[in-house]
Amino acid sequence: MSLSCQHDRGTPARLSTRQVSLRIDGLSVSVPAGTSVLHAAAVAGIDIPRLCASEALEAFGSCRLCVVEVKGRRGFPASCTTLVEEDMEVTTESDALLRLRRGVMELYISDHPLDCLTCSANGNCELQDMAGRVGLREVRYADGANHLKEEADVSNPYFAYDPAKCIVCSRCVRACADIQGTFALTTTERGFASRIAAAGGADFLDSECVSCGACVAACPTAALMEKSVIQQGQPQRGVTTTCAYCGVGCSLNAELQGEKLIRMVPDPKGGANRGHACVKGRFAWGYATHADRITTPMIRQSIRDPWRVVGWEEAIHHAAAEFKRLQGRYGAESVGSITSSRCSNEETYLVQKLTRAAFGVNNVDTCARVCHSPTGYGLKQTLGESAGTQDFDSVMQADVVLVIGANPTDGHPVFGSRLKQRLRQGAKLIVADPRTIDLVDTPHVRAVHHLKLRPGTNVALVNALAHVIVAEGLVDEAFVAARCDGASFAKWRAFVADPRHSPEATAAVTGVPAATVRGAARLYATGGNGAIYYGLGVTEHSQGSTMVMGIANLAMATGNIGRPGVGVNPLRGQNNVQGSCDMGSFPHELPGYRHVSDDATRHLFESAWGVKLSDEPGLRIPNMFDAALSGSFKGLYVQGEDIAQSDPNTQHVTAALESLECLVVQDLFLNETAKFAHVFLPGASFLEKDGTFTNAERRISRIRKVMRPLAGHADWEVTQMLANALGYPMNYGHPSEIMDEIARLTPSFHGVSYARLDELGSLQWPCNEAHPQGTPTMHVEEFVRGKGRFMLTEYVATEERVNRRFPLLLTTGRILSQYNVGAQTRRTANTVWHPEDILELHPLDAEDRGIRDGDWVGLQSRAGETVLRALISTRMQPGVVYTTFHWPGSGANVVTTENSDWATNCPEYKVTAVQVSRVEEPSEWQRRFARFNREQQTLLDNRQRDDHATV
Amino acid sequence: MDIARLIHMANQVGAYFEAEPERSAARAGVADHLARFWEPRMRALILAYLDQAEEGDALSPLVREALLEHRARLARRGAVP
Ligand code: SF4
Ligand code: SF4
Ligand code: SF4
Ligand code: FES
Repeated sequence: MSLSCQHDRGTPARLSTRQVSLRIDGLSVSVPAGTSVLHAAAVAGIDIPRLCASEALEAFGSCRLCVVEVKGRRGFPASCTTLVEEDMEVTTESDALLRLRRGVMELYISDHPLDCLTCSANGNCELQDMAGRVGLREVRYADGANHLKEEADVSNPYFAYDPAKCIVCSRCVRACADIQGTFALTTTERGFASRIAAAGGADFLDSECVSCGACVAACPTAALMEKSVIQQGQPQRGVTTTCAYCGVGCSLNAELQGEKLIRMVPDPKGGANRGHACVKGRFAWGYATHADRITTPMIRQSIRDPWRVVGWEEAIHHAAAEFKRLQGRYGAESVGSITSSRCSNEETYLVQKLTRAAFGVNNVDTCARVCHSPTGYGLKQTLGESAGTQDFDSVMQADVVLVIGANPTDGHPVFGSRLKQRLRQGAKLIVADPRTIDLVDTPHVRAVHHLKLRPGTNVALVNALAHVIVAEGLVDEAFVAARCDGASFAKWRAFVADPRHSPEATAAVTGVPAATVRGAARLYATGGNGAIYYGLGVTEHSQGSTMVMGIANLAMATGNIGRPGVGVNPLRGQNNVQGSCDMGSFPHELPGYRHVSDDATRHLFESAWGVKLSDEPGLRIPNMFDAALSGSFKGLYVQGEDIAQSDPNTQHVTAALESLECLVVQDLFLNETAKFAHVFLPGASFLEKDGTFTNAERRISRIRKVMRPLAGHADWEVTQMLANALGYPMNYGHPSEIMDEIARLTPSFHGVSYARLDELGSLQWPCNEAHPQGTPTMHVEEFVRGKGRFMLTEYVATEERVNRRFPLLLTTGRILSQYNVGAQTRRTANTVWHPEDILELHPLDAEDRGIRDGDWVGLQSRAGETVLRALISTRMQPGVVYTTFHWPGSGANVVTTENSDWATNCPEYKVTAVQVSRVEEPSEWQRRFARFNREQQTLLDNRQRDDHATV
Repeated sequence: MDIARLIHMANQVGAYFEAEPERSAARAGVADHLARFWEPRMRALILAYLDQAEEGDALSPLVREALLEHRARLARRGAVP
């Protein structure tokens, strides 16, 4: 039981608009129809004893502790399963009820160890509370058969299951089924013999369990308990913060003893997650205090020199002097910065401000370049705003869900669980993905259509879907006439109506049978509320931006936009991708997506910042690399990103980094990029600072400082020191002041402040005079750009094509337990689930090459070669192989190429022509990498400490 | 910067706008895209290439026409800082 669950009302709240009035213990109370008596009593301030009920779960009615008396009814109904009725009269306490409850408790306790004093749940156990509540004083059957000797299952690295303490209330089973949707737990046997078991394996680790922790949160006793609590005791205080991993942006309560984090539990009030979390946010936070953290600034002349530990002042002044030297020698435009989607809005804002105001250039970019920049471009062109249109709750009103190039159960697990809830209620699912992702066929969920297309043919597919909608008269004409730009629609209609876009004509390109495409288009257009969710499988292509526009076209043509249950929903990869883009991290845009050439906006910022700003777009990340290699780009400030691992064509990237004269890296760890750095500035984890993140639904949530920064400064303070050293004054006293400035200068943020966030918990932008409570659904009355604009989306085949030398297509992605470059998750016990990156390939391709499961295989493209272990899997289609990039040594990005999206330079990670063959040893690149790594580790280990440095 | 890569990128932009039935709009689209998203040194290099390249160069016809027609828009706006 988490600290925040102590006010649990027993059964879920109901949304009915019809109120029902009743009397409980003489008190009048009115609640929505469908509410349980147990919940109504809690509303009236009456706490009925209970064990098997929890507000997060539908009532089950097994413990019978919650019995009550209802006037005019015989017997003692369970209040958790009894619904309120008009004029009902309920009594919650009587001698008869007390006797019954004591009897129940006596049976429970007779099979429960009485070691409360040494139990990990002591002081926070519902069984203990209930024993006290009903005044249990004796247990008559204590010597009977019991389960006290059963062994605990400690296989999961984060929680343990102690069957001796299990009361078989089945809360965990229901949490796993109803909230998480994994159905990993079952109740075995019946009656006394009944036990909880993890299905599909000998123990939890070996089972289908994905370690989300929902069962642990649901358990009323110490049967399922976090190991951190078992080892360190109950937490004493809770601070609400936001997960620093994926773009779902779960609200979490950090539960602490002093400054020591004991556990993270999902916040039931969290707008994005509604009380759920996944293995990363809930458990994988140990990296924050990992021994690899570097907590002192360091500098060196060349990357072959040992590091020298210095004080903050020396490091900052050295960095500033270097940037000034470079600008003096090579021109102002020879330097730039990279902001991070893992840092807060305030930090990102400051880095772009430093770049524009102190460096005087627009050479600032963000890692969104390599993931969702096409979303920014495509949605701005069509809808007028570079953001998703809905909140996550919206999915609960969708009737047809089209998931394109996204793998929510791995990449966005809490949203994935939400989606599965809706699908179990009957919504229909269409999946467009080259792989058979889990959603296609998972317990109680099965896609109606799986469009298993060839990588790189998204646009041909979306045009075929559009063709069917137009040719079969499925356009929502009234919506289009009222809401969209007529001329662009007429042009688009004529374009997609051309027979070359028909499913029959495109089947040869996409590999998807025409009938399947037609079925999917009809279902999406006519099945009720149609919602599209997409991920990097859409954006990371040479036509990423075209595909985003194609998706927006589909939504507009079918009227599936502008109300709950529909929309265009990009699932953002990292926690603050949306925010980093909002904050003006792109080289062509000031905060709020306003182009740098827009005079009015520029003048606004010029007068606020007191400097003249450039009206020219700056370099994007890949352009920075190219300019570095040709000698016109010399200095780079990177905050919280690991471009040497995450960006494509590693050898190209590292050559560019090596050519820099000054690389400043601000990070928690000496990451792959920092191995090429001249100045290292220690970063602060999300637990060590205040700020905000903005998730995929435009929801701005607070992160709150729960411990002091290990290196003494939060990241925003470091950027501020660097700006001051560069001669541009910044004097913020707290991140809230930075947010105030953002709000002042950005119309969609005018109503945002820390005070409002504290008051409302979170806010979805636009939040301003017109929308003081924020905006869950966008484009309701009209599109942000006025009329929705249809864009033409010709399919242009990527140049990454298979040929005799490279006959397979590689597509890359991520898995549940690891996060991005893995800098955080590799430093947690999550490695038990994914200790290395592996290459998945279809049995046919494996057989052709004599490859068996677990063999070492060489993966080769025109960019480079690496070696991984093979996993043979029918999730793949023949001709397509897949890997992840969570481990630096596996070198997935040594193989990916610099081919990129035409509009944004977002790399084409999802399509690389490759060959795979059995090998015996690591690739040449891996050998060099290992050597370089050893060398850099030695330079770090031998860092020189200057005794005079004030650290 | 590697001119081959810039040409490739410019031709990719051109390929997108090929779908536009009105050629003048397509040319304007290409030029507008480069003006809004390409850093000045990239634009300068592609214009320099346009000037020195012979007939039959590596630029697609649409991109070549767009650069010729809109070259004033594509020149660096302010002075080099
Ligand atoms: S941790 Fe999550 S997936 Fe695993 S058994 Fe518990 S609820 Fe199910
Ligand atoms: S493990 Fe906990 S939640 Fe599950 S049945 Fe046992 S006591 Fe209930
Ligand atoms: S990683 Fe994503 S889904 Fe998991 S807890 Fe964090 S925000 Fe939620
Ligand atoms: S709480 Fe109602 S039966 Fe258990």
